[in-house]
Amino acid sequence: MSKEHQAGMSLIVKTITRLTVGLILLYGIYILLHGHISPGGGFAGGVIVALSFIHLMLAYGKEMAFKKLSKGAASFLESGGAIMFLLIALSGFSGGYFFLNFINKGEPFRLFSAGIIPLCNIAISFKVGAGLFAIFVALVLLKTNSKEKER
Amino acid sequence: MIELYILLIFMIIGAIVAIEVKDLLSSVVAVGAVGLGLSIAFLILKAPDVAITQLVVEILCLIILIRATLKKDLPFSTSGRWFFNSLITAGFLTIFLFMAAEALQQLPKFGQPIMRVASTYLQQGLSETGAANLVSSVILDFRAYDTLGEATVLFTAVIGVLTLVRRIGRKKIGEKVKAEDE
Amino acid sequence: MIYLLCLVLFSLGVYCVLRKRNIIKIIVGIIIIEYAVNLFFILVAYREKGRAPILSSQTPILNMVDPLPQALVLTAIVIGLATTALLAAIAMRIYEKYGTFDITKIRELRG
Repeated sequence: MSKEHQAGMSLIVKTITRLTVGLILLYGIYILLHGHISPGGGFAGGVIVALSFIHLMLAYGKEMAFKKLSKGAASFLESGGAIMFLLIALSGFSGGYFFLNFINKGEPFRLFSAGIIPLCNIAISFKVGAGLFAIFVALVLLKTNSKEKER
Repeated sequence: MIELYILLIFMIIGAIVAIEVKDLLSSVVAVGAVGLGLSIAFLILKAPDVAITQLVVEILCLIILIRATLKKDLPFSTSGRWFFNSLITAGFLTIFLFMAAEALQQLPKFGQPIMRVASTYLQQGLSETGAANLVSSVILDFRAYDTLGEATVLFTAVIGVLTLVRRIGRKKIGEKVKAEDE
Repeated sequence: MIYLLCLVLFSLGVYCVLRKRNIIKIIVGIIIIEYAVNLFFILVAYREKGRAPILSSQTPILNMVDPLPQALVLTAIVIGLATTALLAAIAMRIYEKYGTFDITKIRELRG
């Protein structure tokens, strides 16, 4: 049972996953980068990115997903996202107060506009995506551990 | 607004099914149906950001709950003072709904909100932040402290899950599994 | 009254939390309560014949819905997912330790 579980699902599922997981990841990145001009943003984009890795893990087993994004890298990305968000907020003190929008706003309705909002979106998406991936990995490992104990 | 009433009644029926059905897996799937109906309701109520987030989060929540309930037995105990407990709960909820129906008269009517704070955001949002999506400018510029607190709560929840899952004081399996657990 | 239907959904969740004995059913009730509260916020924010709060570059849009409760709900949804995952982890730990999801038996075991 455990060996089959680690080997993943059947050939059809693996092939479909190989074709679609890149598109899901790309769609998540699109959602998070365009968060300030269209619906979406850091939260939804981060969850979609996490779902692409979870899709990979469900189809191929956990070794393949850990090869792409290991547990240590996930926790590093989550802490890094939090620290990056806080640093963006703190650097507003260079012009006055906390969370000051200190970068030039640029022309509206373009991709590179709105000052610190795209940077904050990227930081929050790192945090949310890596955190949810870590939660899912923890729950999966709990299940396999309880099985090993029963045996 | 007739479609909104239809969606709400669908969600209430889904909730009743999720509460009363015996099988745990069916219950979790019924909650998923309620969540997807909620996502469509957000889309009708002109909140596309919230609709996207709710749709994606609902799928992940469904995966986690199915993972928690899969291949578990389901013992039910309906013993005890069944009638008495049901009577007290129904009485409490009836009083609650009466009070709520009285209190809801004081709210502004549906479709005419008092937008005292939000009118400032609507008029000066583009000139102050430069972002076209006003929800994004509210959560990341005007009210960024709220998002900072949310990040703290999410971090705490992740640490809580990792702490619960970690195994303490068992050295039978070996080093490799323990290194994966941390 | 559409607010009252939303509160009926809320009270269904309260009934599930108060009355059921299975831990997974209690988690289901908490999720339903969370949905009802989120829906109530968005219902309060709605405006008659309103538009989504996203500016357009060609034409100015006059009647937008309230963006402030939408921002609050957007963060609350993600927190709700993390809380649900925490509850599921606690439930799986309890199942691993006691072998059941029934809270009355767990109370008996604890003595």
